[in-house]
Amino acid sequence: MEALISLAVKAVFVENLALSFFLGMCTFIAVSKKISTALGLGISVMVVQAITVPTNNLLLSYLLKPGALAWAGFPDVDLTFLGLISYIGVIAAMVQILEMILDKYFPPLYNALGIFLPLITVNCAILGGSLFMVERDYNFAEATTYGLSSGFGWALAITAMAGVREKLKYSDVPAGLQGLGITFITAGLMALAFMSFSGVKL
Amino acid sequence: MAQTKRELLVDPLFDNNPITLQVLGVCSALAVTSSLKVAFVMSLAVIFVTSFSSMFISILRNQIPSSIRIIVQMVIIASLVILVDQILKAYAFEISKTLSVFVGLIITNCIVMGRAEAFAMSNPPVASFLDGIGNGLGYGVILMIVGVIRELFGSGSLFGITILETVNNGGWYVPNGMLLLPPSAFFIIGLLIWGFRTLKPEHVEARDFKIQTVEEH
Repeated sequence: MEALISLAVKAVFVENLALSFFLGMCTFIAVSKKISTALGLGISVMVVQAITVPTNNLLLSYLLKPGALAWAGFPDVDLTFLGLISYIGVIAAMVQILEMILDKYFPPLYNALGIFLPLITVNCAILGGSLFMVERDYNFAEATTYGLSSGFGWALAITAMAGVREKLKYSDVPAGLQGLGITFITAGLMALAFMSFSGVKL
Repeated sequence: MAQTKRELLVDPLFDNNPITLQVLGVCSALAVTSSLKVAFVMSLAVIFVTSFSSMFISILRNQIPSSIRIIVQMVIIASLVILVDQILKAYAFEISKTLSVFVGLIITNCIVMGRAEAFAMSNPPVASFLDGIGNGLGYGVILMIVGVIRELFGSGSLFGITILETVNNGGWYVPNGMLLLPPSAFFIIGLLIWGFRTLKPEHVEARDFKIQTVEEH
């Protein structure tokens, strides 16, 4: 249990997907103009991340790993090279299913998050989370914790960024730096701040 | 055809650069630039994937039903990325270890999807192929600029060859360690964008609020 908590803290602060691995930057920059939309997107990413990372973990351990197909009678088969295409398939399918479930059973939530869900399929943070899970060889419990907490870290970063940008639009920024440029510099300063967490150990 | 072949190749390099002007594919642009060698391999991989995926999608563009086009594009892109990944693992294992997940993330690199959707779906194969190479190069140029700055001033070398002799090795140069850390990539890209937009003022974004000038008495 302690190991899981420490993993979660690490994924939220120290190894924040947006600020120390630059994942999901396209959406991070594009959708961080208002706190409310940023929060909506952040929550959607967290939900999708919490579903897809464990699902991909199951896929990896029961279908793709060397020897994973032993239950079906093929102990020598190694399908890891199909990894990338299967993960992105799972992500696209999960997002689609989530969209349909939300539409059917939770219409208010669907109306709030609906526009962001298709965007999430091509968000690097989601695929990145699954790939980190594969690379670091997490088991199922670790994968679930990692999915949830890395998604939370991303949501935290984009919401904070939107907060900064809402204030920033009243400031007198040099013309060439307006918009995109100043957003990058702000993100850099935030990344610097998040680096101070790197000494934190549980 | 509206654009000549030369324009297709050269235009995305500076005038219409995918990273600094269209904000596409910044995710990996920042992460892999702490050393020039890795940035170079990554640029090659992206050029390869963008050009060939654009070409294949353009060949198939009249056969793909528009309702499932995203999935078809994804499959084509993912197959090419798997190819790159396997080649890197076989012939450049060290570099593929450093790139770790970022090779896989070419799949979700917005440049590849963006060019497939915006150009390849409505243009013939050769033009799409050139457009892919052009945009890949535009991405590569930024990657190399950031890579040069970070490696030269961060560790005093280029491609691993020492240019500025560092203090640790008895030289004179005190390396700026911050350039090897993630935040510096944000600053460099931000400043690059500033530079590009000062040279090309038509890309400057409009302000949300106008600052009123106060008249002095």
